[in-house]
Amino acid sequence: MNWLTNVVRPKIRNMLRRETPENLWIKCPDSGHLVFYKDVEANQFVIPGSNYHMRMGAVARLKSLFDNETWYDIALPEVTPDPLKFRDERRYVDRIKDARAKTGLHDAVKVGYGKLENFPVVIAVQDFDFMGGSLGMAAGEAIIRGIELALEKRSPFILFAASGGARMQEGILSLMQMPRTTVAVQMLRDAKLPYIVVLTNPTTGGVTASYAMLGDVHIAEPGALIGFAGARVIEQTIREKLPEGFQRAEYLRDHGMVDMVVHRHDLRPTLARLCRLLTKAPAIDAVTDAAACEPVEQPEPVAAEQPVAAATPPAAEPPPAAAPQA
Amino acid sequence: MPDPMRSYLDFEKPVAELDSKIDELRALADAGSNIGEEIAKIEEKALQALSELYAALTPWQKTQVARHPQRPHCVDYIQGLITDFTPLAGDRKFGEDEALIAGFGRFRGESVCVLGQEKGFSTETRLKHNFGMARPEGYRKAVRLMEMADRFGIPVLSLVDTAGAYPGIGAEERGQAEAIARSTDACLQLGVINVAVVIGEGGSGGAIAIATANKVLMLEHAIYSVISPEAASSILWRDSAKAQEAATSMKITAQDLMKFGIIDQILPEPRGGAHRDPATMITKTGDAIAKAFDDLRGLDADEIRAQRRQKFLEIGRKLGA
Repeated sequence: MNWLTNVVRPKIRNMLRRETPENLWIKCPDSGHLVFYKDVEANQFVIPGSNYHMRMGAVARLKSLFDNETWYDIALPEVTPDPLKFRDERRYVDRIKDARAKTGLHDAVKVGYGKLENFPVVIAVQDFDFMGGSLGMAAGEAIIRGIELALEKRSPFILFAASGGARMQEGILSLMQMPRTTVAVQMLRDAKLPYIVVLTNPTTGGVTASYAMLGDVHIAEPGALIGFAGARVIEQTIREKLPEGFQRAEYLRDHGMVDMVVHRHDLRPTLARLCRLLTKAPAIDAVTDAAACEPVEQPEPVAAEQPVAAATPPAAEPPPAAAPQA
Repeated sequence: MPDPMRSYLDFEKPVAELDSKIDELRALADAGSNIGEEIAKIEEKALQALSELYAALTPWQKTQVARHPQRPHCVDYIQGLITDFTPLAGDRKFGEDEALIAGFGRFRGESVCVLGQEKGFSTETRLKHNFGMARPEGYRKAVRLMEMADRFGIPVLSLVDTAGAYPGIGAEERGQAEAIARSTDACLQLGVINVAVVIGEGGSGGAIAIATANKVLMLEHAIYSVISPEAASSILWRDSAKAQEAATSMKITAQDLMKFGIIDQILPEPRGGAHRDPATMITKTGDAIAKAFDDLRGLDADEIRAQRRQKFLEIGRKLGA
């Protein structure tokens, strides 16, 4: 931190951002060992040795899933900014600006369409770095749009949840994203398309209490914190210490809320296998080379009256020829 | 006679003073002084003060009114509006949760399924009802009854009054989040009409779980929020003393929600709030519920579902317009 980062406006600050992180070394939150950041990044943000799963940004996540690290960025509907004209210690609009500059995302949810082990899927990813992955109007609309695209493409919908819950700065309108996203999940169900949720660290509050717990299959990453109420709130309410491993992925599996806890390195084949099984598609081995080369159809452009919000416009050419979205 | 049990909220001090003056004068009048006219004048003044006070309640004051211990609760509405009420118990999975009352009865002669959070009105009943904070069993019982109502073609009435779903170890262990999600899901899946009335406090996910309805009504001084003003103040302002400010910024009043298109109707409260005249409030609420059911009569199951889905999908989409 220096004077420049304090006074320069977010947009300009963004331009000054360095490609390499400030810390070349990071400390594993689990083992306490120092590890080289590049090694962690190359290992899909899983710390080598301790296997601690660090948080993963939306773009890195999509890269780690889609074939050839290539997909279509889906344009997302624009929403009314700051409906409450909200300010706490700071103005909400400023917080949003900062989050955009920090993450390069427009809001907390990013949606991609592409192939996962040669099977077309829509994947929505919640990015915790964008205001704690909070569920506001934009995130709600993004999930609805993602599901609509899955309906159009008749493809499974995979959602990576990471969120502290509802975006309080949008008040009751954020609460309304719970029933709104549930409507979308029901449309998916009506269309008999698989909905797979991957719960990552952390997923709590209104997100868990709506679409993140309504999947056909719930997968969790190891050690992920998943729950409704925050640990502090519970401790204050019941005035006792919480048990070891409380609200962790393994705890939820043991209590019947999660189907499986899957290491990040095994997510791709697991998701691909589930998608194929649930859509009665042939196993990956049976797919011919010809089919393997077939590109996914480009998604329909968003209607003209809806301004696009995606940072990158959809690639003009179908993958794998399209430029990777990074 | 003034109610000796009457309690005043902090901001009602001017009214409390006038009321006690009236009591004093009454005592004098009983002793033989001829001051009837004087009493009438002060009574008039007290009523005026009350009207003015309640016409300009701040969001924080409304929060206090919405939580007023003498405000009519779920059980009062059931007693006043539902005949043959037959509560049913248990989620058939783990247990019974009395924070969420659920059952069948008759509303103006016709069968209805009633769901509602009850906060309790004495230490004993508050404990019994867990202060109106439901556990997963409460929501799963609600789902069970909604599915039954759907099968039998019986409309559903939700009476919403909760600070939120209960945050506890057992609740988390048994999937509080999943229970809430499934309950919202069940509301949206209903092929019968459902109407929700926010009678006091609409606390976050714990409320939306039964308040996702074809028509959502809200009492004039009720509140409905994604998080309590107290919790918002300690999280966003990092200062638990900023609850008043949070109540204002969060836009939690019926008037705010009407403006955002989140509720369908505001039910006016009697002068000085529902707790000053519960009987009138309950009757008027009954009339509004009857009208809401009537407005939707004649729709078939698919149309009912479509209306509800569309209504929620539209929320927030036309704010700028």
